[in-house]
Formats: sequence, structure tokens, C-alpha cells
Amino acid sequence: MDTEHLVTMANDIATFFESDGGADAAVGRIQNHLQLFWEPRMRTAIIRHLAAGGEGLSPLARAAVAQLKLPASAA
Amino acid sequence: MYSLNYNDRGTPAASGTEQVSLEIDGQAVSVPAGTSIMRAASLAGVQVPKLCATDTLKAFGSCRLCLVEIDGRKGYPASCTTEVAAGMKVHTQTEALAKLRRGVVELYVSDHPLDCDGCPADKHCELQTAAALTGVTTNTRYGEGGAGHAGAPCDTSNPYFTFDPNLCIACSRCVRACEEVQGTYALTISGRGFASHVSASNNQNFLESECVSCGACVESCPTAALSEKNLATIGRPEVSINTTCAYCGVGCSLNAEVSGGKVTRMVPNRDGDANHGHACVKGRFAYGYATHPDRVKHPMIRAKFTDPWREVSWEEAFSYAASEIKRIQAKHGRVSVGGITSSRCTNEETFLVQKLVRAAFGNNNVDTCARVCHSPTGYGLKNTMGESAGTQAFDSVMHTDVILLIGANPTEGHPVFASQMKRRLRQGAKLIVADPRVIGLVHSPHAQADYHLRLRPGTNVALINALAHVIVTEGLTRDDYVAERCEADSYARWKAFVAEPRNSPEQSEQFTGVPAADVRASARLYARGPNGSIYYGLGVTEHSQGSTMVMGIANLAMATGNLGREGVGVNPLRGQNNVQGSCDMGSFPHEFSGYRHVSTDSVRELFESVWHVPLDKEPGLRIPNMFDAMLDGSFRGLYVQGEDIVQSDPNTQHVAAALSSLECLIVQDLFLNETARFAHVFFPGASFLEKDGTFTNAERRISRVRQVLPPLAGLGDWEATVGLSNALGYPMHYTHPSQIMDEIARVTPTFTGVSFEKLDRLGSIQWPCNAQAPEGTPTMHVDHFVRGKGRFFVTEYVPTSERVNGRYPLLLTTGRILSQYNVGAQTRRTENVVWYPEELIEIHPHDAEERGIVDNDWVGITSRAGDTVLRATVTERVIPGVVYTTFHFPESGANLVTTENSDWATNCPEYKVTAVQVVKVSQPGEWQRRNDEARVVREGQRQIAGHGGVS
Repeated sequence: MDTEHLVTMANDIATFFESDGGADAAVGRIQNHLQLFWEPRMRTAIIRHLAAGGEGLSPLARAAVAQLKLPASAA
Repeated sequence: MYSLNYNDRGTPAASGTEQVSLEIDGQAVSVPAGTSIMRAASLAGVQVPKLCATDTLKAFGSCRLCLVEIDGRKGYPASCTTEVAAGMKVHTQTEALAKLRRGVVELYVSDHPLDCDGCPADKHCELQTAAALTGVTTNTRYGEGGAGHAGAPCDTSNPYFTFDPNLCIACSRCVRACEEVQGTYALTISGRGFASHVSASNNQNFLESECVSCGACVESCPTAALSEKNLATIGRPEVSINTTCAYCGVGCSLNAEVSGGKVTRMVPNRDGDANHGHACVKGRFAYGYATHPDRVKHPMIRAKFTDPWREVSWEEAFSYAASEIKRIQAKHGRVSVGGITSSRCTNEETFLVQKLVRAAFGNNNVDTCARVCHSPTGYGLKNTMGESAGTQAFDSVMHTDVILLIGANPTEGHPVFASQMKRRLRQGAKLIVADPRVIGLVHSPHAQADYHLRLRPGTNVALINALAHVIVTEGLTRDDYVAERCEADSYARWKAFVAEPRNSPEQSEQFTGVPAADVRASARLYARGPNGSIYYGLGVTEHSQGSTMVMGIANLAMATGNLGREGVGVNPLRGQNNVQGSCDMGSFPHEFSGYRHVSTDSVRELFESVWHVPLDKEPGLRIPNMFDAMLDGSFRGLYVQGEDIVQSDPNTQHVAAALSSLECLIVQDLFLNETARFAHVFFPGASFLEKDGTFTNAERRISRVRQVLPPLAGLGDWEATVGLSNALGYPMHYTHPSQIMDEIARVTPTFTGVSFEKLDRLGSIQWPCNAQAPEGTPTMHVDHFVRGKGRFFVTEYVPTSERVNGRYPLLLTTGRILSQYNVGAQTRRTENVVWYPEELIEIHPHDAEERGIVDNDWVGITSRAGDTVLRATVTERVIPGVVYTTFHFPESGANLVTTENSDWATNCPEYKVTAVQVVKVSQPGEWQRRNDEARVVREGQRQIAGHGGVS
């Protein structure tokens, strides 16, 4: 998957949820959005990108991705 | 000439609730107050002869044929213009009336001889009927000779109909139809007295005039003066079959009239719930693509997409496709394949494709074209109100006081609904248009926009926040409504946000370019209503903040109490005939039918129990993500039904590269389209004339599609999906599409009451249709929102990353026009090309002058994604800094320049904002050479072995 594109998408999601309800609630909401709408390959790619340093991820997006579990299919 | 077998009541139905009792020819009759005597008589089975009256038009009273006698009243009033009254005693057949009527008809016939043999309207002509009723023949007392209109030249300029003044009786029905039904006012009666004649615009021919070829005049004509050309070439129809249009999201009910197995004409159904007897140039006339020579009639396969095609039997095609899918999954995994459903195919066909993907492929990699148009509508409205659909019926517009129209162009994209909207505007409703371009509704005959907010592309959310700022800070909210029906905390949060000075119109003007005074006036107008309605289109959704903007619209409607009744609402104008339906049917990778998430155990278990296989609980890939997965090698097979993603999706080169990497692409379509260039299996599709099923339009209205012609390739689209599924080893045993709808009803709560039998009985049904609403739901959220309490969302304006700069100083936005439709696969293969034979780019005179561009110049358009060349049209319809084009022709490559930017929530592409440069090119030159080379490659990819040329 195009990691750069996924980073942009994650940051955009984070920007929205931060503005609606504040940073504290945003992390859980971002994580929930990724879980509900991102296919396992996409979640796997962003998790691995974070594990490799997470370049480009905004702080909130980073925190949300850190809460994601690696999908079973990635094992 | 109206539809076969239609019983024209003469004047429109009255809307009064009080009943009036009267007597007509000794018969007791009871009708609603406001009904004309003519209509009352017709309802009682008494036909009063008429010529200038028809029940889609207001009474006119000019022909003097429909006279009656009323006890206690002097003279002979016209029954069309006289309303019923309690206790009235009417006589429609007396000696005096017969003499008067005979005199009237004789005068008409003296200038319109009854040469009926061979006339297209023979046996269906109202003058012929009137003559028979009054005993008038061609030999009137006036004899031959004298002044007349014989010998007037026919106007055959319009590709679909003829105007023959020799047959015209100057009844004005066509003029009135153009005014009252269509709202274009293209026709008039020119001259006076005996010189009166029908004139298109300023005595021009129809093609050159302002006529938009909707055909309302043709349908209202009582003789053959205005008649479809097919009536002369194919012959008079013998059979009429009611079906639903396969073009836009209005979903017009049409009667397909057939002669000798050929469709002679499509006549709008006057009882159609969505269109009330009207249609547009596409639905009424542009159905010829269904029998175009380009139609593919046989399944085809090939090992590589650079090989010529080989025609095979359906069995071999199913077997080959299934073996490839299985091979790919065995090698690359269960999730390496997927499908794309069609928004042109029926609900039943779409349901089967997503079922195939989920049950036979074993994953949720299914998506639909709503991804690239209204997916933000689904996300935004689901989160704010609880349902992924618009809130009203089309008829609701007739009760609105203020229309806020954002990013939509209904006169081009939803013409029949636009006609209804114009009618309401002519009655006095106010209009606010938010659009960078001067769309047709800004200045239409007898109706002008009160405010035109010409915002810069990409600044929608700044505008909606500014409107909300005014409404909140000036105390125009309906706090009582909100307190009862919405979440208190989210409302408080939103109110505090929009009230901030940075969201004021004065601050927002720097982004939007819209004068603050206009924003303030518009906000006050909408909020004060009393009934304010919002209608919007892809100018809202196809942005990086598409979902945010939909939420902003919902916020505005909730805050002003404009939901839950007629005349208000949030109305997404869904573009395609069944895009609403394809979403309803579970075409999204994260949702089953009825918009329920795949991870919800109880929902998934229901489907598992009905489909008898375990189902994946993880969301699948959306279309843009499929392309990325193709390029990284993890997605290798795709089944595409009725979509041309190479032409319609952004960044054409990216899409083409992705599809080139597939090991098996199965395309099911009417024609060898751009996507089929990369295909390995081709299933020939069926047009709407060959289908049996249902479509769901933009107002959630489910309507029947009935088969008029047999499938050209021998199988319907649903049968092809069944064949593939059975070949894959997942059995599907349907024998009729009604069984598929029965299954949909069993598994989808909003459809539990829907069946073909009920649709035949009621005509159409708006979902939800279930125990709570057995006959459907015109207006949503009446007592409460579907989610319970409405939820407000803070909609912070985030400028798009697609910015103009020195290299790309202009913004390109895209849209539709009336005569062509989407990727043009259908309309380019009809006579509609006469109106729009090629793509043009609109550029403002200021920008054009800076570049030395004049009308018709070839110009190169370049973005960071790619480039193309088009002819320019210089116009003030666009604002400086913005250029505009359409996407109907594959050769023009509009999507070569659009980018991968997309909505944050749904990945809906940001088609409406692309930074470009436009330069004059002295001749197409290099650009054209590349286009020509590309065309040769395209044609090579369409070669069929054993055929002389390209199919």
C-alpha cells in the first residue's frame, strides 16, 4: 500500500476528530474510524510504518495508530 | 400525443380535501373541491370533447369545444375552466351543444383536412376523435379554397421530433407545456388571428432555439403537428410497458411503446410519482444506445489484455472466469480479489454482485460508484441523523419557501426535478445558489436567484460555517426544536464554535470570495423560511472536506428546525438512476444492505444464516484502495459490473497502471468501454430495456423496471452473476428477480415490506417500508431522527492541499451537461451528440485574455497529475481563476488531470478542485499526436479475433 497516502489519510482523519470534541477524545475516535473503515492491509501498513518510526504522522494520528492491533491476517 | 391507453382527464387534479357533490347527465358525482367539470365528468365516465385541454396543464378555455349546460346558469360555459359547485346539475349532451361543437370542429377541419391514413397520429388524434364525435368529415360547409395554412414548411431540425405546421391547430398546448411543465418558455404563439402560429424562440427552428428537447410539447400535442420521428419510420406502437428511466437519479416513470419488437417511443407516465408525466431529452428520446451496433452480443475471453478477444459461449466464459478467480485466490490469498457493483443496474443485480463477493469470494472487497460521488452523503447523514439518504420526497419542494442550492446544477443533472423546482420558484419561493458558476437556475424565465454566492472551489465549509455564524449570533436558531430533538452537548459545542469571530462572513470572505453582506442576507433568508430546504450535489461531496460539508449542511438544517416535515429537509441530488439503490444494497466494503456494519455480529450472523457461509467481519477495500493494492501486488482479480472506472475515476494514468497489473479483470457492460481495454473476460451486459427489477432514485423511491426487449446477449445481468457464482461453487438458484427482492426484504429492515407485488399495486414505494410504514416513508425523521437525537459536528474549515501556485495558477472544476450523461457511454451513441459533440473548457474572459485565448482555440490543460487538450469557450459563467469542463468523452481525458486528493472520511475524489495551467496551443500538435496514439492502442485492445474491425 502507498504508505505516504495512508499517512495523509490518517492525518486528515485526526484533524477532523481533533476539531470535533478535542484532542482527548480524538484518539479513540480516530482509532475507531480506522478500525471500521480501513481494510486490514491498510491498517497493517500504517502500524508497520509507525513501528518503523512513523514519519509524517501527526501526534494524534500516531497515538491512534499505536492503539490499533495488528490484524490477524498480517501475522 | 400522450401515452397509449392513457385516459386524459382534461385538467389537473384538485388538491382540496373537501368533497363536492353534483350531478352530471343525471349521474351523482362526488369530487374534491376545485375540480373542473371536465375532470369530474371524466372521472364519472363521461367524456366531454376537448382540444386545448390536457391534464398536465392548467385550463385554458380557448377551443370552445368542451362547452356544457348548467341548470340555472346562462350560456354555455367551458367545462375545463368551470369548477364544480355543490348541487350543480350539468348536461354535457344537448342539441344546442352538439350544434355548437360541430361548428367549432368544422372550423378546425376546414384548415386541417382529415387525411388520416398514414398520419403518425391516426387513431390517436384528438381532432380526429372530435370530428368523429361531432359527425364532421373533411367536406365541411366551407368547401375547398380560401385562406389556409397548407404548404407551410416542416421543421425537421430536431433529431427526435418533427414540427409540421400543416397539422397544427394553434391550441397552445405545446406553448403551455413548455411554460408550465418544463419552465423553459422556448415556444410562443406568434402573430395574431389567422396568422397565429407556433414559434420556437424568435421564429427559429427547434434545434437553434432555446428548446431543450424535453418533448413536453410533443406529448401535449393533440394532433401530429409535433410528433416523434419514429412514429413515421417504425410505425405506430401496439403495446405499452411501464418501466423506469436509466439515466439520472430522478427516476422518471416511462411507458415504452413498442411496435414490431422495436421501441417506437418512450412516453412519460403521467401517474409517475417522481416525474408526474414529464421527462427530459435523455429519458424520452436517447434510448437508441440499447440497439447501437457497438453492443457486444457474445461473451469473450483472452489470456492477456493485449491479445485480441475470442468469442465464447456463456458456459466457457463462466468457467474461465471462475477458474481464474480460484487460481488467483489460491496463489495470492482470499482477499486478493473483489468486485465493483453498478449504479446503472437494478437493486436485484447489485445485491447479487455484493453477495457474490461476500459469499463466493469470501471477503468484503466490494464497492460502488457512489465512492466517487455521494459517499460523503452516506457518511455525513448517517452520523448526524442516522440514515444514509435524503430526507424528503421531490414533491416536498412545492411546500418550501426558501431553497438553498449548493454545488448542484439541476437543470443539467436532474432536469425533470429542476422543472418542478422552477415551478415553485415561479410561485414565489426564494432561491440562494452557492456555486462558482452561473448555473441555469440563477437566471431562469420568471425566476431568478435572490442570491448567488460565487465561492471559490474548495471553500464550501468556510461558507457553511459563515452562514451558521449568522444564524447563531443573530438568534435565528430554533432552540425549542433542537432541545426536543437533538443532543444538547454537541449542539452547545457546535454553537460555540460557529459563533467564534473567525467564522464570521467578514472573516470567511478572504477564503470564499463571497461578499459578507450576501452571506448574512442569505443566512437570514434561509433561517426565517418559514420552510427552508437544502438541495445539494457533487459540488458538496467531491471535495477533501466532502463529509465535513454534509455534516455542516445537516447542522444548519437541525439548528433551524428544517427537518421532519414537508417543504424542508436535506436533499442530496443523487446522480445516477440506481446509485441510491446500489448503496442500499450493501455495495460498500464496510456495510451490508441497509447500512449495517460488517463487524456487527448479529447482522453478520443473519446473513450467514441466509447465505449459509461464514462471512468476513473486516471492512474491505474501497475502489481507490483497490488501485493501491493492485499496484503493490496484493490485489489481482476484479469483477466490474456496469462501471467504467478508467474513464470516471480520477488520475487516469494511475487507474490504468493499476488495472494493467491485474491477472484477471472481468468486465460486464453494454460496450467495450475504457475499462474493458484491460479486461480478460467480457460479459455482455443488458440495457434497462432488457431488465426486470427495480431502481431506487434520489428520494428513496423504489420503482419497477420491466423488460421490454429480450437480453441481446441471451442473459440478463443478474443471470450472468448467477452463472459466475455457480461456476465458483457458490450456488445461486434464483429463477426470477422477484425472488432476489424477496431475499432483500428478508435481510434488510428498511425493505421488509417491499415486494414486486406491492410495487405493482402501489406504483412505487419510498423506503423505509416495513411494519411501521407499510406503504413507505415520503418524509424521514418526522417524530425523531433515526439515530434518536440528532447530533451536531464541529466543522472546522481545513483548506485543501490542492493549491494554486505559479505553475498551476487556475482551479479546474468539473460537472455535467443536459444532453450527455456521465461517461457518455449511452448518450454518445445517440443523436444527443448534435448538442454537445465534444468536451469544451470554460474560461473567464480575464484569464483568456491573459493567455491570448479566444473562443474555439485549442488549449492545453496541465496539472501535477497529467495533461490534456480541449477547445476553449470564453464565458463569464465561471469566475476569474476557475475553469470548468465535463467528462463525457474518453478522448478528452478530463480525468487525466484530476488528482488522488480525496475526502478524509470516504476517499471520495476531490474532482472539484484541481490546480491547473491552461495555455493556448497553436494546433493540437504533440497533444493530438499522443491522443491519436492512445486511440490506436485503445482500438487494438478492443480487437475481436475473426472480426474485420473494431467492435
